[in-house]
Amino acid sequence: MSFESAMARLGGTSLSVGSVEACSIAKGETLADTVRVVSGYADAIVIRHPKEGAARLASEFATVPVINAGDGAGQHPSQTLLDLYTIRQSIPIDNIDIALIGDLRYGRTAHSLASALSLYGARLHTISPKGLELPSTLVTELSEKGMEIVEHDSIDDVIGDLDVLYVTRIQRERFPDSASYFNVSSNYRITPELLASAKDHLIVLHPLPRVDEIDPRVDELPYARYFEQSKNGIPVRMAMLLRVIQ
Amino acid sequence: MKKVETSENEGLLVRRIENGTVIDHIDGGEALNVVKILGITGTTQESLSIATNVPSRNMGCKDIVKLTNRELSKEEVDRIALISPRATINIIRNYKVCEKKGVEIPKLIEGLVRCPNPGCISNTNEPIRSKFEVTQKGLHCHYCNWVISRDITSHII
Repeated sequence: MSFESAMARLGGTSLSVGSVEACSIAKGETLADTVRVVSGYADAIVIRHPKEGAARLASEFATVPVINAGDGAGQHPSQTLLDLYTIRQSIPIDNIDIALIGDLRYGRTAHSLASALSLYGARLHTISPKGLELPSTLVTELSEKGMEIVEHDSIDDVIGDLDVLYVTRIQRERFPDSASYFNVSSNYRITPELLASAKDHLIVLHPLPRVDEIDPRVDELPYARYFEQSKNGIPVRMAMLLRVIQ
Repeated sequence: MKKVETSENEGLLVRRIENGTVIDHIDGGEALNVVKILGITGTTQESLSIATNVPSRNMGCKDIVKLTNRELSKEEVDRIALISPRATINIIRNYKVCEKKGVEIPKLIEGLVRCPNPGCISNTNEPIRSKFEVTQKGLHCHYCNWVISRDITSHII
């Protein structure tokens, strides 16, 4: 929706493929064919797809620019640009202490943000349930770029050192049953009590939608920036669209 | 007492070929994987000889593959480098070695290895071949960034 809003604000229009059931994909059309067809209808393609590498494949078959709006558990680069913009509104990005909390294995926003922050000398703190840690290949890649990565068992261990707390959703389907999901997710919930020992300038971000990983009472605290972050998606995506179309 | 086989008398094990390719200095035990990489199956036409764990002065032991009436292309040869970088290729014409070359690890591997990531777009019905960049860490999937760092042969298509 944010890309559609961005396009409308630029004075353009957008065609939405909508649900998979309603389009040729349901008839068995390949993504390669879909993007070749859509290339004839539009000046740019924005793609969100459940498979990793889908946007790259699309870019190989499209004749117009392709923007990756999320590919499976892979990357989410447009979210990262707005995340960086939101951080930059509050503090300089260089050398920050940032914690990524939640599902870091499948959370594509965390992957893209961590990669981008490796360019800024950030120290990365990770807190995630067992089995949902940052992929080891990404950890290796980031470490080789000189990024310091510290794994923590609990957010309490590090909350007082942070400049940015980036919260991601833990998806219910990653767990065998509801009981184990609730058991784990409750340990990763951000509450006003937890934030009592935070630095004054800490900002709490979330790519949204959230379920219950951030207590609604946090919304009223000065730390909460996730709705501002979401709003920033519009100018950032307007800039991206303008850049690729012009 | 039976004489120990060496590369000079390997003919005792496998007959000389008139035309084709001899892949020598394959790491011991890797010959069957080389054959797999070359796409040679029970249904292909080539006449094929394999010698495994032949004593070698430089390598301790080595494997040899002889392919009759087929000259390997550069692309095929370089794929072998993935599992046996010391292999040498001899192109045989009329019983003589006409060309001798080493293998070079290619920068890009297409259509040879399947990405182990079930969520990768290359594992769908899209009209693409799998594509991996060869890096020091292993094979890096061009589409999903997955890295195969060991046991490459088990991922060969």
